[in-house]
Amino acid sequence: MALRLHDLTLGYDRHPAVHHLDLDLRRGSLTAVVGPNGAGKSTLLKGLIGELPPLEGRIDRTTARIAYLPQLSEVDRSFPLSVQAFVAMGLWHRTGAFGGLSSPDLARVAEALAAVGLTGFDRRPIGALSGGQVQRVMFARLLLQDADLILLDEPFTAIDSRTARELLLLVKRWHGEGRTVIAVLHDMETVRQHFPDTLLMAREKVAHGPTAQVLTAENLFRARQMTEAFDDTAPVCARGAA
Amino acid sequence: MIWLTDPFTEFVFMQRALLGCIAISLGATPVGLFLMLRRMSLTGDAMAHAILPGAAVGFLISGLSLGAMTIGGIVAGLLVAVLTGLVARATALREDASMAAFYLISLALGVLLVSLRGSNVDLMHVLFGTVLALNDDALILLCFITTGTLVTLALIFRPLVLECADPRFLRSVSGWSGPVHFLFLALVVVNLVAGFQALGTLMAVGIMILPAAAARFWSESIGGMLLAAAVTAIVASFIGLLASYHAGLPSGPAIILCAGLIYLVSLGFGPVGSLAARHWPRPHLSA
Repeated sequence: MALRLHDLTLGYDRHPAVHHLDLDLRRGSLTAVVGPNGAGKSTLLKGLIGELPPLEGRIDRTTARIAYLPQLSEVDRSFPLSVQAFVAMGLWHRTGAFGGLSSPDLARVAEALAAVGLTGFDRRPIGALSGGQVQRVMFARLLLQDADLILLDEPFTAIDSRTARELLLLVKRWHGEGRTVIAVLHDMETVRQHFPDTLLMAREKVAHGPTAQVLTAENLFRARQMTEAFDDTAPVCARGAA
Repeated sequence: MIWLTDPFTEFVFMQRALLGCIAISLGATPVGLFLMLRRMSLTGDAMAHAILPGAAVGFLISGLSLGAMTIGGIVAGLLVAVLTGLVARATALREDASMAAFYLISLALGVLLVSLRGSNVDLMHVLFGTVLALNDDALILLCFITTGTLVTLALIFRPLVLECADPRFLRSVSGWSGPVHFLFLALVVVNLVAGFQALGTLMAVGIMILPAAAARFWSESIGGMLLAAAVTAIVASFIGLLASYHAGLPSGPAIILCAGLIYLVSLGFGPVGSLAARHWPRPHLSA
């Protein structure tokens, strides 16, 4: 098992966004997380990376290194950094705060840029990139992070189909290398074609397992029934006390 | 050309003033550059006001003593930085509002303390500095602070750049985000205290921010900007001191005005993103 969630509740201001979630993820699995807006998909990833402490329950992780591509990155693209310097940050686990970049490290950076189709962009400032190129650069950095567990939050949103296709190949390459990958996605076609496992959630788990068995009309209908609004007068959840 | 070098070869106090200004320029400009790149330019101004009560307490206890005023200033500045950070993390108030609140309290306290005992002349010293009267102790302190600043910046350069460019990523790979932010604020405080010995609390932030703002128009890389900022500050110090010598102007404002002049010229004619560069763009390439 790469990841085991026990009765995990995550939320904001006492309101649960992920409610009593039990989940086991096999090492090396490739899982799509789907569900309506407000279903708690991004919140789940924030919980897994440790940005959001659990309100209740526990996360057991056996993977050593974890990499995360947020939906809304906080990258300040006006900051004067070259693509090369930016991507090289993915080598933090090798260099730490103080170590230098050796020539094999720089070769790794060049390799990662080649893998995302950005050879020759080394010296380009990050502020001069298009949206799709930024996403490629983010993937190049993810490649260098060499993580066992990779979390992607809507990685293919707002990029053209060709870029999405090429980045999807990288995701499948990670899967082939035995890494555990979790991706939040909205395009059901992509999920059906490329993701062996799916977690369908609507604040609570609706279904989890092989994609074909999860994405049934009945399950999708149940997921859509979720009410999005937080209820300020809701009573304290009784399930937690058990 | 003798008027260029004469003041510095003839008068020791001018040599000391120049040395002090160069030291401040080398330490304060990289700090100012990172303030600007983090969109915290006005934070420098706020912190400059925040150190006033500390300096005033030092002044009340031991008169115009360098050591006491320095320690007081550093303590007050760090206190405001820490309280600001704590309030921003522990409550709903954001960092800018929290800092504004604390520096205003600090500033009022400082003015109150200075006017309790000091004459107006003393107040002018604190506000406008005494670059022409730097003694050995002050010079050693300035050089010490500059050295410490440059070494610290070299050590924390990578986490600091990452904290500016992609703080979320830094938080996901290491625990440096908090420490590097606080270390950086500490560098701001220490350099402002160094600057206020020579230029006064009001002017110290000028040698930090103006060269950084000018440097933005000269280079697209961090290294180039660091160099341009340091050169700007040193040139401004030199010309400012000369102007104050020949025209009998107060030296602190003269130096900062020179830096301001260089900023205005850069804004108009620098090679990167200046008015001229935007208005008369070079012909575009084919791909």
